[in-house]
Amino acid sequence: MPEIDAWRAGGNRIALATVVKVEGSAPRPVGAVMAVSSGGDLTGSVSGGCVETAVFEEAQDVLKTGTPKLLRYGITDEMAWDVGLACGGTIEVFVEPLPE
Amino acid sequence: MSVTSTTGTGLFDRLKEALAAGKPVAVATVIRGEPLGAKLLVLPDEVVGSLGDATLDEEVLADAQTLLASERSETRRYAMVGREDGVEVYVEVHPPPPTLLIFGAVHVAQALTRFAKSLGFRVIVTDARAKLATPERFPEADEIVQAWPDDALSQITVQPNTYVAILTHDPKFDEPALLGTLETPAPYIGAVGSRGTNQDRRRRLLEAGVPEERLRRIHGPIGLDIGAETPEEMAISILAEIIASRHGRSGGPLTTASGSIRGPLDSVSQAADPTSPVTAAGRVSTE
Repeated sequence: MPEIDAWRAGGNRIALATVVKVEGSAPRPVGAVMAVSSGGDLTGSVSGGCVETAVFEEAQDVLKTGTPKLLRYGITDEMAWDVGLACGGTIEVFVEPLPE
Repeated sequence: MSVTSTTGTGLFDRLKEALAAGKPVAVATVIRGEPLGAKLLVLPDEVVGSLGDATLDEEVLADAQTLLASERSETRRYAMVGREDGVEVYVEVHPPPPTLLIFGAVHVAQALTRFAKSLGFRVIVTDARAKLATPERFPEADEIVQAWPDDALSQITVQPNTYVAILTHDPKFDEPALLGTLETPAPYIGAVGSRGTNQDRRRRLLEAGVPEERLRRIHGPIGLDIGAETPEEMAISILAEIIASRHGRSGGPLTTASGSIRGPLDSVSQAADPTSPVTAAGRVSTE
């Protein structure tokens, strides 16, 4: 991702979110990545847009604490108003800070 | 194989370097359990970093090499002595990028080069015509070889991940290119031309002694049936056929297909749980 170098040059810290597991059908496969900067930039994707905003918030937290996080997103009828995937699968996303 | 311990920054720099050089690389990360976030970088002749346990490093190294060969990134669970849950490790593989070898530095080749670069291909453009094979016309190309096909093929190594598009539209260029690439392990050889051109070419190649079976490797007319008219549309038609060919698919509409919509047709179903515990001796069933 060429953006990352530019964000870094601007003095930002970077967190990387990666789809590490997919159960059922999901919009992006294992290996899909999204990068987030401490300045609020975002590039790439981990779903079709369903969970990017939530992952962005989690990534900001990871940048503050410096501790990686494993996130899990799915959808059920009860969760329909919560953050989740429209296509019914479950994904796990690992969020980690990149070394400065 | 040497093992180097290094800080996170060093590991990422090494990863960037190896990716830029097009080397096959795998990165393993502890994503569940401790030490959370620990990484092991598997390079062709070296291992950098550690997942915090020498036995685990060895098991993951072996799995990473298998996954790299099958071009699959995957999360696996590993049993650990004295730890009930073991750990989960995500292994991300970066196989060397595929190459697109284009014969004919023509208008379609310009769009094809541009689109192929955004799909992650290394692109080599070759043509004997000095006016056409220029860096000004192909700023995104990784390599431009100004030579006749025979000469070009003596300079370029065609590998099992080298896809070939022959776009010259001129038998004196495209037939030597076809004859030459049919001798290589290229997984895809496409040649431009109308149905009539392809029939004539086929007849000439058969007369030249090329076996029928070998001619079946040629995708001609090149591309998928999307009615492409402009150079850009033709480039998409060609790349779509190459992507379908990489995944062993025919390229029809998904509405008339069944099964998984992504990746190789014969890929292991997503329903299979790759995180069932594994040990150095192999995968252990949880059921």
